[in-house]
Formats: sequence, C-alpha cells, structure tokens
Amino acid sequence: MSVAMIQARGVGLRFGEAQILAGIDLDVRAGEVLALVGPNGAGKTSLLSLLAGDAAPTEGTVLLDGRPVTDHRPAELARRRGVLLQENRLSFPFEVVDVVQMGRAPWRGRPESDDDDAAVTSAMRSAEVVHLSRRLFPTLSGGEKSRVSFARVLAQDPRVIFLDEPTAALDIRHQERTLELARERARAGDAVVVVLHDLSLAAAYSDRMALLSGGRLVAEGAPREVLDAARLSAVYEHPVEVVERGDGSLLVLPLRTVEVSR
Amino acid sequence: MTAVTTPPTALETGVDEPEVTRRSRTATVVLFVLLGVGLLVCAVLAAGAGQLAIPAAEVIGSVLHRLGLGGAEVASHPNGESALWTIRFPRVAMALLVGAALATAGALMQGVFGNPLAEPGVAGVSSGAALAACAVIVFGWSFLGPWTTAALAFAGGLVATLVVYFLSRSGGRTEVVTLILTGVAVNAVAGAGIALLTFLGDTQAREQIVFWQLGSLNGTRWPYVAIVAPLVVVGVLLATTFSRRLDLLALGERPARHLGVDVERLRITTIVVVALLTAAAVAFAGIISFVGLVVPHVIRMAVGPGHRVLVPASALGGAILLLGADLVARTGVDYADLPIGMLTALVGGPFFLYLIRRTRRSAGGWA
Repeated sequence: MSVAMIQARGVGLRFGEAQILAGIDLDVRAGEVLALVGPNGAGKTSLLSLLAGDAAPTEGTVLLDGRPVTDHRPAELARRRGVLLQENRLSFPFEVVDVVQMGRAPWRGRPESDDDDAAVTSAMRSAEVVHLSRRLFPTLSGGEKSRVSFARVLAQDPRVIFLDEPTAALDIRHQERTLELARERARAGDAVVVVLHDLSLAAAYSDRMALLSGGRLVAEGAPREVLDAARLSAVYEHPVEVVERGDGSLLVLPLRTVEVSR
Repeated sequence: MTAVTTPPTALETGVDEPEVTRRSRTATVVLFVLLGVGLLVCAVLAAGAGQLAIPAAEVIGSVLHRLGLGGAEVASHPNGESALWTIRFPRVAMALLVGAALATAGALMQGVFGNPLAEPGVAGVSSGAALAACAVIVFGWSFLGPWTTAALAFAGGLVATLVVYFLSRSGGRTEVVTLILTGVAVNAVAGAGIALLTFLGDTQAREQIVFWQLGSLNGTRWPYVAIVAPLVVVGVLLATTFSRRLDLLALGERPARHLGVDVERLRITTIVVVALLTAAAVAFAGIISFVGLVVPHVIRMAVGPGHRVLVPASALGGAILLLGADLVARTGVDYADLPIGMLTALVGGPFFLYLIRRTRRSAGGWA
C-alpha cells in the first residue's frame, strides 16, 4: 500500500447554514491518480481546495506530513503541492514563457532553482505549448490558457498535484495528453488529485475514484468498484449505463430517450 | 476508398521540436540606459533653464566644482551660482523625487489591485494624504517638527488606501467600475474635508491650501528635499524587494498563494509602501495626479509587465516626466509659475479616458 501524503479525517465545511461537505475521510496517496467525481454542487472543488490547503475545514482535519495542511508556511506548501484551477486569468499581459516560469517561484534561492530553465522547457514541451512561448497570455484561447497553466504547475514540480477540471476546455488530443501526463507523474511517485466530469475519462486514467454527492463521500475505490450503474443513476438522477469494452476499459453512458436519427 | 492518416506531431516525430524562446534582455538594457541618460540630460537642462539661463556646461562645471572634481563656479551671471544651488537644484531634486515616488506608487497599486487603472490620484490616496496635510497647515501643528506634514500625510494616505482597497475588492480582483467609483467617493469625502479646512483656515492658510492643491514645486528648499529624499529612497528600495511577488499576484490571489506567496503580508506591505511614497510626494508638492498612471503604462508597453523591471524603470521614468513637467510649469509662460498638477492632469486626463476605453474593449465589458 502506498504512502498517504495527505489525509482528510472527518472533514466538513460549512458556510453559515449551508453544509458544503460533511464527514469525509480520504487519503491522497503517492503513486496514484485519485479522481474526484460527482454531480454539480457535490463539493468536488471545495474538497480539492481543502486538500490543497486553500482553506481550513470547519470540522475535522486535513494533514500533510502529520501537520494540518494550513499550518505549513505558504512557500513550504508551494514546494509540496501545485494546483491548477478551473479558471486561469492574468491581470497583466505576461508572455506565456513568463507565466510558466512563475511556477518556479517556490524554488527561488534554493539549489533546485539551477534547474529552472530545464524545468520550464520540459514542462512546456510536455504540455505542447512551446510554440506559444512568446504569445501574450491574455490573447490565448481558453484551451491554450489551460494548457499553459498546466505547464506552470508541471514546472513547479510538486509532489502532490491538484487539477480542477483540467480537461474542460481541451480538445480530445489534449484532454488525453493532459491525463496521460498526470498518470506519468503518478507512476514517477507523485500523487495526483483530479476533479473530472467525464466518468469514462476518469475510469481510464485514475487508479482510485471518490464519488461525492451532496457533500458526502458516497463511494471510494477502484473505478470498477465505484462505477456501478445503479449507484451512478441514483447519484446523477439520470439513468446511466456502464459498458465494458473488449479491452476491459469502462465507458459510462447516459441513457437517452432521443430517437436516433439516420 | 478512404485513407485515414494521422498527421505526425512534433511530439511523435521528435524532430523540429521548437525551442522555448524568451524575451531578449536587450530591450530592458536599452530602456535603462535611455532612462538613465535622459534623466541626467533633463536634470542638467532643467537646472540651467529659467529667467536666469545658465548654459549646460556651466551647470556641470559648477557641480564638479562642488564635488571637488575640477570645474568652476557659474561665471556667466553674478547670481548664477547661488540661483543654481539655492533655488534650481533643490527644485530639480524635488521634481525627481516626487516623480519617482508617484510613478512607483502607481506601479505598485496597479500590481496589488491587479488593475492597470489604479493610481494614487484616481483612487483617492493622494486626496487622503492631502486632507491630513491640510489639517497641518490650518491648525499649525508641529508636534513632529519639520516631519509633521509628511507624517500626517502618510497617515491620511494609508487610511485612504486601506479604505479603497477593502471597499473595491471582491473575490481577489478589483473591477474597474468599483475601483473608480470608490475613488470618486473617497475623493469626494476628502474634498469635503479639505473644503471644511479651507473654510476654517485664515486667509494665509487658505491661499496656501489652494496653491498646494493645484500642486507645485515652487519654493522648494533643501530642508524639504532632506525630508522627502529618505522616504522616497526607502519606498522605492522596499518596492524592489517584493516586486517579483507582485508578478505572481497577477495570476490572482489563490494561484499566487499556491506558488508560495504570503498574499496577506504582500498586500499590507504594498499598501504601506504606496502610502509612504504618496505621502512623500504630497507632503510638499501637493496633489499631482496621473503620473502613476501614465508612466507604468508606457514602461509596460516597452518591456512588458514584469515588476522587477517595471518598478525601477517607473521610478526613473516618473522622475523624468515630472522634471519635464516642472520645466514647462516654470518656463512655459514668462514671469509665471504654472501649477504642475494642472499640467499633469491636462495630459493625464485624456490618457485616462483612453485607458478606460481600451480596458473596456479588451475585457469585453467593465471587467
């Protein structure tokens, strides 16, 4: 069993009357891609931000190296975990290469900063954004911004990577590429936590899935265990079919009442 | 028959892998050389220009003479030497300092607000500092000796900055409309306070307030320079220590935190430095607006938005701009010393309009 890098114990989050998350126990383990899935408003993004240390839970604890994650100093935390948010904006027209370079900020003044240029180049190659180097970030398309921001997180070289819907704006090629890279990082010993809406995509690339609904953890385990047609139909309030293809991969398909046109 | 071919990609072929190209440093070096040379040339010309014209060579000679490096005293006019050292040089020095302070404060405010339209004058920081300084004039306070005006201006500027900051932000960003409207409100309140003080003051205080509100470097003497100089130097040096972190703040507060920036601390530090620089500028020169808007914008267009270059380059650019503006103020009309605040607003106002329209277009609305 691999090492738990981040441990959530009895985690809950409440904003006034609204209970966003409740009673969540979850480990983020080295060497694994963990997919957080669930319907809109299930609390996936909130859970991701608690695990990443953006905010402290109102109940329970999130531990990194045995200490509450929010107790770590910002710079120290930045060397341990990187986060890609859904929306990536920039107030000033920096060039793409400068934006990726910003990922190296946590290593400034440390021996690792000798690798800055190499890390930036390799991250930009992996995310296929080298040709955009000199473009101004605000002029990029949504998908390009997303890939450049992903390159920034790769350049940061953290041990735990959080990706919040990294594929939302991407075409098929880059969607697959991004998750392949996430998996490569996990195989190399890092931990990856990714929020995904596409359950087939999550099934293909994750080692473990956590299904959230109404702020609670409904199921957790290998994709094959979590992706149960009856459970998904109930959670998503829509009939769903889970199909196993010849190669053993799983496809999750919504059942449709629309007539098939010819 | 359909042939399905997959176009090879750079990734698969492994050839023609483009290299990561970066902005060359040449533009930055050229910019700093130009600014440095420009500053020296403007300073010499400004010191020589005026009703009592002194040739540039004599200005340089006189400086070298005082530095014990040869040269000679001004010979072309009997009062030249004293005009140069008691009137012109303090004023030139003050113009440099005030310009540097305002432009740096503008660059910092834009960085911390994440908005290219933030500026001490527009946002009301200058009027906050001005209100406090007016109180010093009217009530004749002197509990901190010659530092009283500067200290109170700092306090007033700090309060105004904090008010603007906390009222105009939401979700880690400042919308253009909110920022400008907050500035309008803060300017209105400070303006009312200044009006009240003008009403309360005696004739002499009133006149002083009126001219000081117009902004002027007239009557600058060395003791004033001695107060402003350390504030500006400390402010600009402090600003260069956290300028790299302001780059990260451009990503937004959460991403900046993800990259290790202690956002709360950075914000407070920046606000204090902005108030310090604005107070240094306002304390003796009055309200001079738009310098902090124009200069960083031009620098960004030349070398990009990186704050490590932007902050020092803005300081130099602001110094040059205000030196030029003050030269026009002194020599534009014979036998008159025009208010410099009027000149900068005359140029800055239309520029501000242009920026607003541009921002609106590029952001697809008031964002």
